[in-house]
Amino acid sequence: MATVIDSKKACTVNPLKMSQPLGACYAFMGLDNCMPMMHGSQGCTSFGLVLLVRHFKEAIPMQTTAMNEVSTILGGLENIEQAILNIKKRANPSLIAIASTGLTETKGDDVDGYLNLIRKKHGETLAGTDIVYVSTPDYVGAFEDGWGKAVLAVVDAFAQPCEVRDDHLVNLLPGAHLTPADIDELREMIEAFGLQARVMPDISGSMDGHIPENFTPTTLGGTTPDALRQLGAARATLAVGARMDAAAAAIEERCGVPYRVFDRLTGLAAVDDFLQHLSQLSGRPVPHKYRRQRSQLQDVMLDAHFWVGSKNMAFAAEPDLLYALTTTAAEMGAHVVAAVTTTHSRVLEGVPCAEVLVGDLEDLETRAKAGGAQLLITHSHGRQAAERLGIPLHRVGIPMFDRLGAAHMLMVGYRGTRELINGWANIFLADEHQNTPQDWPLPEESRRAASGAEATSCSTGGCGGSSAIPAVDVVPDAVGA
Amino acid sequence: MDARVSAKIQDVFEEPACEHNQNKSAKEKKKGCTKQLSPGAAAGGCAFDGAKVALQPIVDVAHLVHGPIACEGNSWDNRNSSSSTSQLYRTGFTTDINELDVIYGGEKRLFRSVKEIIEKYDPPAVFVYQTCVTALIGDDIEAVCKRATEKFGKPVIPVNAPGFVGPKNLGNKLGAEALLDYVIGTEEPDFVTPYDINIIGEYNLAGELWQVKPLLDALGVRILSCISGDGRYREVAYSHRARAAMMVCSKSMINIARKMEERYDIPFFEGSFYGIGDMSETLREIARLLVEKGAPEELKVRTEALIAVEEKRAFERIAAYRPRLEGKKVLLITGGVKSWSVVAALQEAGLEIVGTSVKKSTMEDKEKIKELMGQDAHMIDDMTPREMYAMLKDAKADIMLSGGRSQFIALKAKMPWLDINQERHHAYAGYEGMVDLVREIDKALYNPIWEQVRRPAPWDVVAA
Repeated sequence: MATVIDSKKACTVNPLKMSQPLGACYAFMGLDNCMPMMHGSQGCTSFGLVLLVRHFKEAIPMQTTAMNEVSTILGGLENIEQAILNIKKRANPSLIAIASTGLTETKGDDVDGYLNLIRKKHGETLAGTDIVYVSTPDYVGAFEDGWGKAVLAVVDAFAQPCEVRDDHLVNLLPGAHLTPADIDELREMIEAFGLQARVMPDISGSMDGHIPENFTPTTLGGTTPDALRQLGAARATLAVGARMDAAAAAIEERCGVPYRVFDRLTGLAAVDDFLQHLSQLSGRPVPHKYRRQRSQLQDVMLDAHFWVGSKNMAFAAEPDLLYALTTTAAEMGAHVVAAVTTTHSRVLEGVPCAEVLVGDLEDLETRAKAGGAQLLITHSHGRQAAERLGIPLHRVGIPMFDRLGAAHMLMVGYRGTRELINGWANIFLADEHQNTPQDWPLPEESRRAASGAEATSCSTGGCGGSSAIPAVDVVPDAVGA
Repeated sequence: MDARVSAKIQDVFEEPACEHNQNKSAKEKKKGCTKQLSPGAAAGGCAFDGAKVALQPIVDVAHLVHGPIACEGNSWDNRNSSSSTSQLYRTGFTTDINELDVIYGGEKRLFRSVKEIIEKYDPPAVFVYQTCVTALIGDDIEAVCKRATEKFGKPVIPVNAPGFVGPKNLGNKLGAEALLDYVIGTEEPDFVTPYDINIIGEYNLAGELWQVKPLLDALGVRILSCISGDGRYREVAYSHRARAAMMVCSKSMINIARKMEERYDIPFFEGSFYGIGDMSETLREIARLLVEKGAPEELKVRTEALIAVEEKRAFERIAAYRPRLEGKKVLLITGGVKSWSVVAALQEAGLEIVGTSVKKSTMEDKEKIKELMGQDAHMIDDMTPREMYAMLKDAKADIMLSGGRSQFIALKAKMPWLDINQERHHAYAGYEGMVDLVREIDKALYNPIWEQVRRPAPWDVVAA
């Protein structure tokens, strides 16, 4: 059980955290034919866009209401109206999804009110395009909070009770920490039980790095608007990550679809639990291939524990990812010597470390050093700290801009856990210390004792390391200096 | 608007050395160069982004962003401007203000942040960047910086360019103003020589300055201060003792060049490191200005000798690629003014430019492009991504050279692409840089993947 504490520093050094509206827009990217937009200054969008481009190496659809000083003070109605009409005209998406920013929240724009006016005024023009809004001030919470709020906003906007239930259909609400590869893996697991997975938001369709036949300015792939309206038709909702509590509960409340939140799907027991649940839902036995994968994972755990066991590992990540990683490391016998995160969450108490600090990468560096960390695990911005500490960096989460394959990193299921553990073991193997003749020097005291010249001088000549050196009158303190 | 910021912006808008401005009426000038942005159809960074880009390459300074997490958290350590010494400029410092700061004001947190930075990192100076939210709630960063400077005995410099006052290039100039107001002229160099120059508006991306510096070193010309690439705070502070200055053609800090000429009688010229001809012209101009200001005449002779050797060496190396590159078609999409300086170099390698962007170019730039590419030069004012994609897909070009933003348009069209903007990892300056650029183009064009990614799957091929 960890105690969760907040940093007392005034100045954040080397931020770990990214902002809420960016997390919200990232979630919107998992909706098909959608144009995410930040209501703020154009820099808000431009920074977020560059960050996601560098992470995914993909074109990122994201727009801005381009607020300036005057429009901020007078209110953003006109800018939102123009932006929506412009986007409708240029891209004609099925959905325009808006996230507010620190700027417009400080002013206090009533975006819900604006949208009512705009819908009334331009109802015909906007036919065929839905609009969703989520309030996400930059100065509250973090990326993961923004993702959670955006998913909840989409549920609020679209989920409705459905008369006909599909017994084979389950909703899957992935947390912000799942990659496109993770989502594909979970979908495959669900389908292996004869069930159909409706993923929302589904970044595996849009951010997986495929080459489309045509160029579109909006998202391409992801949850379709029709699927959003059918959330209530599912047999059950499965959510991954504690941040998804609210959205899963909202679907139940609105549509009566029961839910279960899996705090993590990395680690042997966690995956066992998930498969067992799927088996109960579907009434089918766990397919043979997962029995085989489970056994493979057990074997990898056996092989890897020599290298991962007792290692000191320091982590910094958003809560859901931090929880999945640290618990898995602890299950492999590693010591979690530092755990730093971005925002509060119920899941933090379960992190296997005495303390979880809501802080930054400077805190991680300090704690990693104090704890004698042998591996740093955080996003790409940890590279400077790892270099200074002289230990390797395992890159996880967003942003990962100095390595390829962020979208295809797999960390859930038996296979993902296997990959993760092998990855750690390989880093330790590569970084393994080669013993040298200088590794086990005798302490001063022992050498002096061995020289037979305990208190006064080094008379045997052995203390200088070479018998060729004639005995000299040396003050004991200076021996070997 | 903060009266000080608005006065600064007006001052920057009236920049007499700006070619755009010279053709404007008084009324147009007052309106400024900020095009009204179109909501829902805008791209590009904000003024804060611009100020940070301009000043962050000063490597030993702590750059502290006063605002919510978005401004620094979403953007830090994302540029490739290189340092030969301190890495402090790559450390992300932000006040990361919370809801209570928004309500009660963030000045106290800012002051404490400066204190923490000085205690922990002891930099020669702290630059404090204003952002939208803290500007809107009325945090007075000038007052906090003034107090902090007195209290800690170290320069704490306010950079007042909140994002919402305008686009990125306005921010470049507001950042430059902070240097003029608070830094330049505040220290003295240990010694001066008749060969001291400033380079203004060069950011040392991918270490490009180091492709040029050996040339200057060989001539005995000293870069007293580069503003701001691989710069040190002290160097900027004593840059007023240079004999002459080069303003790198991007014009992003034209106000520094002009005001230093006005205040300290440092003549400047506008030059470029891109392209062989441009590099040579730049060396000549440096020699000319230094000689005018009293350096021995023989500098010019040595410069010409160096140019002759280096040009020959570069052309020989580029000529080797000519048989492979002759007639290949290039689509060149850049920020604008850089276009023509690259055009010449590409033509030297036998490449044919089928189109170039002129979105930010002046009339003069356009004339220059026509001169180089002929009257029927395809100048693209504002191409939508869809049009770019179509142009590449229809194979009207063999390769696109552009910034990171449009790379996926090329790659998704399965077309070779080369990054020539600021996020790039290759250095293309000077004689060396042009040889590298041609080598990179060759590498991209002749990579075997293009044939493979364009080949349809066997099951998609209809049996003939």
